[in-house]
Amino acid sequence: MIKKVEVISSTKLPIDETLEIKRCRYQNEVKRGQKRLSVVTGTHGDELEGQYVAYMIAERIQAHPEYLNGIVDIYPATNPLGIDCIERGIPSFDMDMNRVFPGDSHGTMVDIVARDIIESLEGSDLVLDIHASNIFLTEIPQARINVTMGDKLLPIAEKLNLDFLWVHDNATVLESTLCYSLNIRNTPCIVIEAGVGMRITKDYCIQIADGIFNIMKEMGMWLGDDIFKSKIHHPVTTSEENEVYFINAEASGIFVQSAKHSSILKKGDIVGNIVDPLTGTVKSEIKSPCDGLLFTIREYPVVYSGSLIARILGGVK
Amino acid sequence: MKKEIIFELPSPYRDTMRITAFRFGDTDNKDCEKSLAIVGATRGNEHQQMYNCSQIIARLKVLEEEGKIEKGKSIVVIPTVNNFSINVEKRFWAMDNTDINRMFPGYNLGETTQRIAHYVFEYVKDYEFGIHFTSHYRAGKFIPHVRMMHTGYEDTETAKDFGLPYVYVRNSKPYDTTTLNYNWQIWNTKAFSLYIGATARINEDAGKEAVAAVIRFALKQGILKNIDIPNGSESTVIASKNVHSVRNSQAGVLCKCAHVNDYVKSGELLGYILDPYEGTVRQKLTAPINGRVFFTSYGPNEYEGSLIFRMVEEV
Repeated sequence: MIKKVEVISSTKLPIDETLEIKRCRYQNEVKRGQKRLSVVTGTHGDELEGQYVAYMIAERIQAHPEYLNGIVDIYPATNPLGIDCIERGIPSFDMDMNRVFPGDSHGTMVDIVARDIIESLEGSDLVLDIHASNIFLTEIPQARINVTMGDKLLPIAEKLNLDFLWVHDNATVLESTLCYSLNIRNTPCIVIEAGVGMRITKDYCIQIADGIFNIMKEMGMWLGDDIFKSKIHHPVTTSEENEVYFINAEASGIFVQSAKHSSILKKGDIVGNIVDPLTGTVKSEIKSPCDGLLFTIREYPVVYSGSLIARILGGVK
Repeated sequence: MKKEIIFELPSPYRDTMRITAFRFGDTDNKDCEKSLAIVGATRGNEHQQMYNCSQIIARLKVLEEEGKIEKGKSIVVIPTVNNFSINVEKRFWAMDNTDINRMFPGYNLGETTQRIAHYVFEYVKDYEFGIHFTSHYRAGKFIPHVRMMHTGYEDTETAKDFGLPYVYVRNSKPYDTTTLNYNWQIWNTKAFSLYIGATARINEDAGKEAVAAVIRFALKQGILKNIDIPNGSESTVIASKNVHSVRNSQAGVLCKCAHVNDYVKSGELLGYILDPYEGTVRQKLTAPINGRVFFTSYGPNEYEGSLIFRMVEEV
């Protein structure tokens, strides 16, 4: 097996430092027409779940190089400055890295880096863009798929060992994401989201890593089947029966969670309370609006009116 | 003048956030026309933008007392929709770093900044004209201009009534669809973004220019009357194709030779990128065209590919 760390984008910072975007390529042999899977993460500097997934994929490939049939490229940090500074966006630019794609070779440093990333990923048979949630929310392992790309991507996403596939409406701002920019260039890309910002949720990472090897098997890129650490399962997909319900805070205060994340709720079950530590009063009691799966829950307790508290996938029993 | 709190947001630990609007004209009359809405800082570092609004409010107070607002017309000014971020010196919403000017038209059941955008937009959306004092993501200085997105609804002829040197119609990008300006246009308000002065610092002369531009505009639209004010500049309408960017291929420290509004010839020196340790020249930045310097970056440290200068052709 060939293992090679490559710099796919390099740019000088003003004072004696070079910013490099790196990938590690694993390839069983140099051969034309091989399938290629790219795993990308670290676009948001506060999302770290993908770091452990990247490590696990590399670890398993290196443990069983004989099973690899094709190319696996791992891009652990497309926003290395953000990860290093514990900042979601790109430090000093105040920009979200996932709103600058496909980039521009005549643009700013950020545009040029984005362009290099797109050029490097284009042509992959599949790109998996792994995100965590931000520091405010915890999510179950899921994929987010633009409705216009559902026909092509859903059959792939169903094999990723996720719990939930969220098919969402098109929004113009999403046109600047890595995922959208790749899909319109005929490079299939799926966004995986799981866990919480600034933390690693080991069980979710294992589940996602298993899903990646499962899809590699489907693609003929992985020839072994004795490395799975979780039971491969099929996700629930949004539909008329399985609609997403949002719960936003109706008061400002401290959110204290009652319902357990990823539990099944009945309509009227208590999700949690918003309390006032100064006066010792409950400002808002939050109840489930439907029967369903609590797939998103507020992690960071301080809330304003409007802060997202939970999302429930209706109809799941 | 009528002072009105249009939105209140209780905070867990701070004072309640209040968005305050200042209304002028015959505002008690239900049939009074909603003529002109002016919005200042949506971001916490837009100090000049809020200052411009404060100066406009001060001037409108006097004009209203003198009876110089046309009967049946009204003006509203909202100096800031984000005093919470200004008070803690954060550009975006301090809790989650979201940009209120990427949340329009807003959503009353959505996230906090979506709710702020919703209540602001509901308040200003039915006005005939909308002015937003806004800022560019790059810290730097522009020639005063009216900026409009090419949406198919833009009205460049009316934009000339501000009497600013340029009316710049630029191609819209996907994220523009969530700005105040874009949504005003979609809801049939003739919307103009004004770039006058800096952002994170206050230039008093720029404040005076902003007041004059708004008064001139309101006079031409028949919202104000009987005011003697200089005509201002004869505006030149420019498009994205007329504006040329000068970017650095070498990172380093910026040293400028040319300044905003200078006329330079193609090949003329605009500035240098210096080695930050040894002071030697890493790159000379030269003018790509004959024209006027439209924008200069403040520097001092510049990444590769940064937007250092923008030049506008003589149209």
